[in-house]
Amino acid sequence: MPKNDKQDGYYKEDILKVGFDLEEKNRSGSYLQIDHSVLAEKSNLEDIEILNTVDALKKYDWLKDYWWKAVSPDKDEYTKEVDINQNYGYFIHVKPGAKVEFPIQSCLFVSKESTHQNVHNIIIVEEGAEVHVITGCSALHGVNNAFHIGVSEMYIKKGAKLTFTMIHLWGPEIFVRPRTGVIIEENGIYISNYICMNPVKDLQMSPVTYCGKNATALYQTVLYASEDSKMDVGSVIYLNGENSKTEVVSRTVARDDSEATVRGTIIGKNKKIKGHLECRGLMLSDNAIIHAIPELRAETADADLSHEAAVGKISEEEIEYLMSRGLNKEEAASVIVRGFLNIDIKDLPKQLEEEIQKKIDISMAGI
Amino acid sequence: MVIKLKYSLEIRNLAVDVDGQHVLKDVNLMIEKGETHVLLGPNGSGKTTLLLSILGLSRYKVVRGEIIFKGRNIVDLPTDERVKMGIGIAFQNPPIIRGISLNTMLNVCMGKKTTEITDDAVKLAKELNFSEDFLTRDVNYGFSGGEIKRSEIMQLIAQQPDFIMFDEPDSGVDIENMELIGKIIGKLLERDLIPSRRKKMGLIITHLATILDYINADRAHVMLKGKIACSGYPKEILDGIRKNGYEKCIRTCQEQ
Repeated sequence: MPKNDKQDGYYKEDILKVGFDLEEKNRSGSYLQIDHSVLAEKSNLEDIEILNTVDALKKYDWLKDYWWKAVSPDKDEYTKEVDINQNYGYFIHVKPGAKVEFPIQSCLFVSKESTHQNVHNIIIVEEGAEVHVITGCSALHGVNNAFHIGVSEMYIKKGAKLTFTMIHLWGPEIFVRPRTGVIIEENGIYISNYICMNPVKDLQMSPVTYCGKNATALYQTVLYASEDSKMDVGSVIYLNGENSKTEVVSRTVARDDSEATVRGTIIGKNKKIKGHLECRGLMLSDNAIIHAIPELRAETADADLSHEAAVGKISEEEIEYLMSRGLNKEEAASVIVRGFLNIDIKDLPKQLEEEIQKKIDISMAGI
Repeated sequence: MVIKLKYSLEIRNLAVDVDGQHVLKDVNLMIEKGETHVLLGPNGSGKTTLLLSILGLSRYKVVRGEIIFKGRNIVDLPTDERVKMGIGIAFQNPPIIRGISLNTMLNVCMGKKTTEITDDAVKLAKELNFSEDFLTRDVNYGFSGGEIKRSEIMQLIAQQPDFIMFDEPDSGVDIENMELIGKIIGKLLERDLIPSRRKKMGLIITHLATILDYINADRAHVMLKGKIACSGYPKEILDGIRKNGYEKCIRTCQEQ
């Protein structure tokens, strides 16, 4: 792991909060990038290769077959910026058939004022392999006016499984534009967990997933919008292959003057496809906005697509039920919000789980 | 001089409005240390309103009168402070809370900060004929009528209040579970102890009076149109209602 006395320590606490463990306890490998510098790119297993994408492109000629293939560089001004002016990003390659027990961790960290961090990430999970990647993106407390643009291309080969857990912990002055494309081959499984609990100036992303035959894509998203945050988060899933399926679940809490737009789009194109969107929002302020936009598009008669969306406040009846068991009003509200945001994420590092709980407790004060 | 506060629940001239309607008009009731009372009466007479007013839920506005618990008038206290003083309730229709497990409710009742399933919780589940798995279910979500009753009673055992209210604990319960519920409520209210050793107080709303097969209550009250119209020995009152119906029973009662 990085040894740099000058830097040592100042980011440690912040990256721990997004699940990055410098001791690498129960991790299969690590990638750490601060601003434009790669501080760690290390695998603990033979079956996994972890590099920065600049070096990986030099090392492997075949990688160009994956470069800008799941996301187009011409998608928008942000992908264009990454194409022209890239600052590394991770390359994670899992060999065929490898069942990786412990998660791989990655952290992309912004530490300097006015930084533009433009990363391009590639994950390739070869046939029959299984892996969990936990990636935390964060900024040093107090950093202003910074940009993070992250292009991520993920390739899940036949019968492979990728669980991708992303935690965003930015700051009220950070501008964030992830651009993600996921291609799932036959019988492949993609599970995405996304958690964003802290204020962010402006975050907008809508990862696009392309499902092959019998492929499965599951999305779970937890958003806690506070202060002046602007979050616009969605997922677009193309059910291209026969018998492919998806489930998209999101929980959004909005308070203060925040604005959260939660989108979900399922496009069914082949026989026996099945998709469901579930979008629930909890309003904690009159000045906040939750805008839920679930969309379904069937291009085949053999489609089974559905959605449910509900936005509301904490019910007085639920609060009083908990009060009649001895909690005060504030404690009751906090327990309810915690329950609301409680989605089951397997293999979530304990520190991360505690961090999320702590976050809810702190942010519920005064509601 | 030491002033000893009276260990009892006393309701004096209580009037309560619900959503602008005068539901309770002038209720007087005294439950002494160790006593369990039964509340009878037709639908809409104000029985549940009385319980939820004692609990202090926000919809129930006390417009007149006092509720004195352990020597203190509690009408201005929020629900959680009343609960901390030792008041507890088994609701008839508790809400579903998604994302909050029955186990979390038990931990709340026991004042435990953890989210883990504790040994105490497992023991309680067993006692109420629930599997350990059941504890992980969202509270009241998809519970049957009988499961709701048992879950409410289980939470009360975890909580151990001094004054416990039950809102129709015997409705919608099958015969097999009726016996279980009856026995557990009896134990919770210390009816298995000799009268002089009992401390816990109880107030039970019942329609069917099935619960009285398992619990010897000390007194019964009949509510009608927001007032306690008649009080007496449970058996006599019940016999009267069964024979002559509520109206006539009350008339006889008032004539006496």
